[in-house]
Amino acid sequence: MGSSPKIVIRGLKKSFGPKVVLDGIDLDIGERESLVVIGGSGSGKSVLVKCVLGLLEPDAGSIKIDGKEVIGMPVRERERLMQKFGMLFQGSALFDSLRVWENVAFGLIQGRGIERGAAREIALQKLGAVGLGPEVGELRPSELSGGMQKRVALARAIAAEPEIIIFDEPTTGLDPIMADVINDLIVDCVRDLGGTAVSITHDMASVRKIADRIAMIYKGRIIWSGAKAEMERSGNPYVDQFIHGRAEGPIKMEVRAL
Amino acid sequence: MLDFLARVGRVFFAFLTAAGRLALFALNALSHCLRPPFYPRLMARQLIDIGYYSLPVVGLTALFTGMVLALQSNTGFSRVNAQGAIALIVAVAVTRELGPVIASLMVAGRIGAAMAAEIGTMRVTDQIDALTTLATNPFKYLVVPRLVAGTIAVPMLVLVADIIGIFGGFLVGTYKLNFNAAAYLGQTADYLHRDDVVSGLVKAAVFGFIIALMGCYHGYHSRGGAEGVGAATMYSVVSASILILVFDSALTNVLF
Repeated sequence: MGSSPKIVIRGLKKSFGPKVVLDGIDLDIGERESLVVIGGSGSGKSVLVKCVLGLLEPDAGSIKIDGKEVIGMPVRERERLMQKFGMLFQGSALFDSLRVWENVAFGLIQGRGIERGAAREIALQKLGAVGLGPEVGELRPSELSGGMQKRVALARAIAAEPEIIIFDEPTTGLDPIMADVINDLIVDCVRDLGGTAVSITHDMASVRKIADRIAMIYKGRIIWSGAKAEMERSGNPYVDQFIHGRAEGPIKMEVRAL
Repeated sequence: MLDFLARVGRVFFAFLTAAGRLALFALNALSHCLRPPFYPRLMARQLIDIGYYSLPVVGLTALFTGMVLALQSNTGFSRVNAQGAIALIVAVAVTRELGPVIASLMVAGRIGAAMAAEIGTMRVTDQIDALTTLATNPFKYLVVPRLVAGTIAVPMLVLVADIIGIFGGFLVGTYKLNFNAAAYLGQTADYLHRDDVVSGLVKAAVFGFIIALMGCYHGYHSRGGAEGVGAATMYSVVSASILILVFDSALTNVLF
């Protein structure tokens, strides 16, 4: 890890009513590092990244990006900060009222004020980078398959060349081959951009492919973090259970008897 | 007994919370109306959607409203031999009351519902969060164009509805009730004051704002997939319709 981490999270807490989702998260994410956060469904992964992005307001704690506290930041400054981010949503979240190239160019036109013609050129080039031809650019998102939508969403996330890219369950709902294609694209994009990547997933194939470092979240806390090579011999029973996908172990699924 | 009171209190507090959230939403939206960036293209599209594409629905309802009004006032006025007031009553009732209210109720069903469904779907499919991550403020991009377009387009629609409504009364008056066409039009022109039309248009602007606000608010806060979007759509139409009638009576008191 570099000398000054890109993102520093300390004591982050978030509850929804009586349900505690994040219970004091401490996490450092280094510059040009690809961190993967693993954890079961409902462990708070999505809430964690939504707090980092400012889509949710945490109850307590601190998030520093490039050494600057972002919680409680004025709206204007927050909007400018968003230009550092790219986000790939779990359900792709493409704008269905716009054509594919307009989706990809959205951040360039609206966020950066680049002129439409020039933004279209960049958008088509980014679509090419994820293996989609220019003819796809004229289609509507609803005309695409799930895997193609995911690739368009990836192109949109990287179009404005963000410093930090967040991937929320990038391979969920895809067939294993398309999942591997997406994983390869993520690795390539992160390497080409030279940015920081934060991914959340429970797909271990994805973890092994895209991670430099791994952090495991359980019951709202980071219970283990380390380099990818250390994961297999972490000695942590929770991590072992998760990465091998065993029903038996310290993590009890709350399955109610009928 | 205590249990009952507690329940009443809870409902009351829930109402206050909802009213407060709505007021904050409206203030936030209004403050974004004044600060750039603006999206004139989106605003123009909303203007066309609300103003132009609602014309057939609003025109038809206005036509039949004017016709029925002339028929019914004939029924009433013939009992006191005051048929001469039919042209006046049609003109005043349409411009002050029925034009704005009926046109707005139709627009609430057509446009308010569409706004809530569109924004609600964007919410539950993370498209609103996606806007934020693409450094675009969803209030400015989604809410402001709709509010501005609603406030401008509904008065224009109502102006058209006024004319068509009076024309409906004219048709019934001249063809069925055997008024002289020139005399009917002359009476309408003589007795209709500018204030009648202007107060109706002021109401229409308020109603247009309410329709767009309800559509955006309920869509923006929808939760939980298709069911949530359906509920948001329903709430937007119901609450806009009720608020239109509440504000109609309040504004009539203020504007006479």
